[in-house]
Amino acid sequence: MFILMKLIRKKKYVWRVIDLLDHKLDIKHLIGLENTSSEDIQKIIDVGFLFREILDRPIKKVPILNGKNIVNLFFENSTRTKLSFELAEKRLSADVINFSASSSSINKGESFKDTVQNICSMKMDCVVMRHPVPGSIIQLTDFVDAIVVNAGDGSHEHPTQALLDMMSIQEKFKKIKGLKIGIVGDILHSRVALSNIFGLVKMGAKVKVCGPPHLIQKNIEDLGVSVTYDIDEMLDWCDAINILRIQKERMGVGIIPSIREYRKFFGVTYDRIQKFKKEIVIMHPGPMNRGVEVDSQVADSAQAIILDQVLNGVAVRMSILYLLLGNNELK
Amino acid sequence: MSLSNSKIEQIKGFTLLKGGKVYDPFIGFDEASDVLIEDGKIVDISENIKNNDNYNLIDCSGCIITNGFIDLHSHFREPGFEIKETVNTGAVSAFYGGFTRVCIMPNTSPVIDTPELVSHLVKKNNYLPINLYPIGAITKGQEGNELAEIGGMVSAGAVAISDDGIPVKNSQVFRMAIEYARKFNIPVINHAEDGCLVNSGVVNEGIQSLKLGLAGNPDIAESTMIYRDLSIAEYVFGKIHVPHVTSAKSVDVIKVFKNRGVSVTAEVTPHHLCLTEDILKTFDTNAKVAPPIRSSEDKKALINAIKKGYIDCIATDHAPHTIEDKEKDFNHAPCGMIGLESAFGLVCNTLLKENVNINSIIDLFTINPSKIMNIRPSFIEVGNQAEINVLDPKCKWEFKDSDIHSKSCNSPIVGMHLMGKINLTINKGYILNKK
Repeated sequence: MFILMKLIRKKKYVWRVIDLLDHKLDIKHLIGLENTSSEDIQKIIDVGFLFREILDRPIKKVPILNGKNIVNLFFENSTRTKLSFELAEKRLSADVINFSASSSSINKGESFKDTVQNICSMKMDCVVMRHPVPGSIIQLTDFVDAIVVNAGDGSHEHPTQALLDMMSIQEKFKKIKGLKIGIVGDILHSRVALSNIFGLVKMGAKVKVCGPPHLIQKNIEDLGVSVTYDIDEMLDWCDAINILRIQKERMGVGIIPSIREYRKFFGVTYDRIQKFKKEIVIMHPGPMNRGVEVDSQVADSAQAIILDQVLNGVAVRMSILYLLLGNNELK
Repeated sequence: MSLSNSKIEQIKGFTLLKGGKVYDPFIGFDEASDVLIEDGKIVDISENIKNNDNYNLIDCSGCIITNGFIDLHSHFREPGFEIKETVNTGAVSAFYGGFTRVCIMPNTSPVIDTPELVSHLVKKNNYLPINLYPIGAITKGQEGNELAEIGGMVSAGAVAISDDGIPVKNSQVFRMAIEYARKFNIPVINHAEDGCLVNSGVVNEGIQSLKLGLAGNPDIAESTMIYRDLSIAEYVFGKIHVPHVTSAKSVDVIKVFKNRGVSVTAEVTPHHLCLTEDILKTFDTNAKVAPPIRSSEDKKALINAIKKGYIDCIATDHAPHTIEDKEKDFNHAPCGMIGLESAFGLVCNTLLKENVNINSIIDLFTINPSKIMNIRPSFIEVGNQAEINVLDPKCKWEFKDSDIHSKSCNSPIVGMHLMGKINLTINKGYILNKK
């Protein structure tokens, strides 16, 4: 890998070097990390770093997916993930169309099946989908022939987020194995937490979750993670902490009593962070509620890698699309 | 009725069931015996009945000749949802599953909550190959507020009352229903789930809800409701039947009240008894049922409860839904699976491996449900109408789409290997020979 990286720095046609790699994944679709092997995960991250190099170049576009059609099907609101996917697709030179539920025939009562089959009958090579219901991404694989990439299915999985998180961890620490990674927030309703847990545990990290007890699955330890309800204990323990966004709609409706109470017991505040001599790497999948789950001074500090996560998001999505869709005939 | 799409025929002439064992738990008959049937009537039961050229000879070696099965929990969807099932297609499906008497739930449109609607269904028995027993609603429109005309419905032929999938939330209404139902000596069936604790859960709260990210429905949603129901029943000396028990905790509650002498009976469905939540790994909406299929520990507890008699019988909760319904995403697909045709094979397969003897398994489908609903089938005695199943408990078979005769095909059992098959069913002058 190191030699290849060097090559990439020197050569003009970076993508040709990437093409030399063993680019086959065991998975056909990216549904979730529960069913993705650690080898595949590592490959996606490694190739992600190669694309990251491309993103640092003046011309960021490579002709790898020239002629491929990708549709971004978003049945749920998304700004960042959608933007990141679209950018990744365009930088790979794929032809991209976008579909969002608000502008769609879903409102006319068309079924999910009809919607996706209609779009895919127009010969799509790949469908990137976000949907509010867990498992709908698996139904999609039954409904269409295209390669399917999960951009978040309800509170099930959000594999590309976890992959970019792991890529960012690897970038920062040069490894994942053996690291202590904390996840704090509403674990119960979080696809980011679940995909991170599946991925990180597979890659040999130690994972601890923290949050209000009723917002953590009571049997979550079965996934190989530990639990604490004490944010200070968590911060004392972890090398990096992934702070989940608290959904405003869960605030003050009896699930989370109030913003100030959440911040008091689970917020990663500047005061809290200052107590620790060690550097705790701060992560957040965005968008942040500054002053709620994380303080500005923490989010903007040198130990935060939140913006690196965003950039790595594009790279890792390029990697996934390339690995799943890359032109095998060239081989 | 039209039975054109099925192999169910009118029985004519002599039919000789030869070489099998007759087991009729109602009269305590359990001997190797041949059975001769003439025009649907039993004319001889004895060893080595001589074959005759004009007899339709059925080889029953290795098989058990027993009573038709009774299902006390099915959905035939008529009136209102004929797109899913009709009384006719439901009856054919039941016949294929060996069920000759079926109790049907009132959650139709309109809801079966008046004597007239009960009569309307009962009248259909004149032309069906099985006997239907309507279950009336507890409250008008299943709304949980006002008692329905329970007495009138019982006079018209209802055998029990239930608001089916909608639990009676108001405990006082439920108390009144149980107290009032005492006068008519019928069981009250209440879907045992605390809706608040269900909390929109669509699968068991356990390892699969954790991994799949689906909202979990905890076993305590069921057990706490059963505790409420049985406490009320005990207080007012009522008669209660608990439908589709799914969890170890619920079994514990039922056990306590049974031991205290409360008049409580309970059923388990083939899918709760034989499957575990692992079947949901692929988000198969056909396996989405309410209450949900639970853990392997719960399955063990249910099997044990069957052995100990805390659970009295099997009931299918046959719940047809269209392909369109089940193609919806997991949260929006309706709950329920069909079950009449796979019930015996699935249960037999599971319980034989657990060393439950075949006669006890047959009891779960015959005498036990009969006692709960006070339904008296035709016994296997000379002079009686033949209401008979010939079953091969050792027959291994794969449950296929072609085995389904319901109007709907929402079954996660398709493709599974079962043991125990009903080869032949005779009832009301009809015969179905699957061999």
